[in-house]
Amino acid sequence: MKKVAVVGVGSTKFSGPQEKTEIELFAEAATDAIVESGLKPGDIKALFIGNALGDFDEGQGMLQAYAAENIGCRHVPANRYEGACASASMAIRDAFIWVASGYYDIVVAGGVERAAAMGTGLATRTFAMFSDARYEYPAGVTFPAVFAMLAHLYADKYRIPLPKLREQMARVSIQSYNHGSVNPKAQFFGKNAGMPVEKVLGSFVVCAPLTLHDCCPFSDGAAAVVLASDAIAKKLTNKPVYITGVGQASSGPLITQGDFLPRIRAREISAKQAYDMAGLKPADIDLCELHDCFSIASLIATEGLGFFDFGKAGEAWEKEQADIGGKVAINPSGGLKSKGHPIGATGAGQVYEIVRQLREEVEPERQVPGARIGMTDTLGGDGATLVNMVFQRGW
Amino acid sequence: MEYKLTSKAYYEGLKQNKLLGLKCRACGAVAVPPAMLCRQCSASELDIVELKGKGTIRTFTTVFVAAEGRESEVPYVIVLVELDEGPWLMGNLEGVDPKTASMNLIGNKVKMGHKVFSGDKYSAGEGVSPLFRLVV
Repeated sequence: MKKVAVVGVGSTKFSGPQEKTEIELFAEAATDAIVESGLKPGDIKALFIGNALGDFDEGQGMLQAYAAENIGCRHVPANRYEGACASASMAIRDAFIWVASGYYDIVVAGGVERAAAMGTGLATRTFAMFSDARYEYPAGVTFPAVFAMLAHLYADKYRIPLPKLREQMARVSIQSYNHGSVNPKAQFFGKNAGMPVEKVLGSFVVCAPLTLHDCCPFSDGAAAVVLASDAIAKKLTNKPVYITGVGQASSGPLITQGDFLPRIRAREISAKQAYDMAGLKPADIDLCELHDCFSIASLIATEGLGFFDFGKAGEAWEKEQADIGGKVAINPSGGLKSKGHPIGATGAGQVYEIVRQLREEVEPERQVPGARIGMTDTLGGDGATLVNMVFQRGW
Repeated sequence: MEYKLTSKAYYEGLKQNKLLGLKCRACGAVAVPPAMLCRQCSASELDIVELKGKGTIRTFTTVFVAAEGRESEVPYVIVLVELDEGPWLMGNLEGVDPKTASMNLIGNKVKMGHKVFSGDKYSAGEGVSPLFRLVV
């Protein structure tokens, strides 16, 4: 297997409703990534795009082929990946595997979504399509409802009084808001810094116990990366970021995961694959961009990834052990909560952040000092698709 | 191989307040909702059985923001119930004020009825879900 490097990254600002189409947004991000890499569109051998709901977002299917033509990667194989919120990470992992295999030497991968453009009603309906349509949706389940149920289950399983857990969850949102407020690519750039716990707890309830400030926003945006074989990467850059470990796993609908919840089994399988491939353990990770679609999701994720003991992640946030300068820096971008969650692009946005952190290119207020090893964690649906990737400096 | 217990047949059972599942001839495990093979041992010899429709609430939420087309239903309670036979099901809870639903619900015994979701333009027809009630 060949070594694979990220040699270019690009991202639009993540935002509320956009007027640009998904092809336009993806074209901007992908072209930035290709220009940064020093390559030309004609050098790209394949294009892999995560896009979960383009059909509903704007009535556009098969955008991957049109995007390839649009950005000058004419007639290359173009694949679309649909894994709900993990779509782009699936695309990047597959791009890694194709380059590692030697079949392609240069692949562009990323994702795009206009979830905000749908408005809350249709977005809530379409996101619920990632639950089981026959055996869960008839009960009126929504995405926040799933994580609201996990929050109550978490409180019960680990015997944490709900008011205490809610305060810990609020601290997750507050940390994300603080980082996102100084990230110009974030949906909440310049907003929400220093939010008091009381304001998080007191905002309107979406699905008990989750309030508005426990939930990520609906977002529009795109992000893309250029992956290349080691031989090509060395000619292009003196700062190649290597993908040293990847993992992906699946599970059935939430109800079939019952006895393992609130832990997410697919995450634990996927993360182990990534750690084993990289030859690393959780303590080696300097920073992690993880899937904080809801505040409780961050607690569950950091435990499943092995950063904190089960039931103890909330204490880690209280002690600032999940922040820059702590045990592991979680979501210095602001995460889904504050950077935004354009679902088909989210995983690519995470990779964009990790690569720029390792290159020490982000704003000083949110730079993880001396970061050498970063990880991504992307969850699709109700924990039914999980992708993890490990990135390391090549210099 | 033909699918043994389709969602259509499962729904027809639910409409008569009968909870159908698949019992594995090899290991005895019960699969609800239905699957092609046994969820425990992947054996294919499965028999349709009727479950008791009783279980224990493991978690819940009250939904205040609904999906498009279901706005008139809020607020409503969703529960995950561990059935006496082992599998977990998702359904609604009646007989409890959604606005005062609390952690005290967890661990309570429930009995199953059913509720029909008439469907929307995306759902390829109606849906039927368990509607639980506390056992007092």
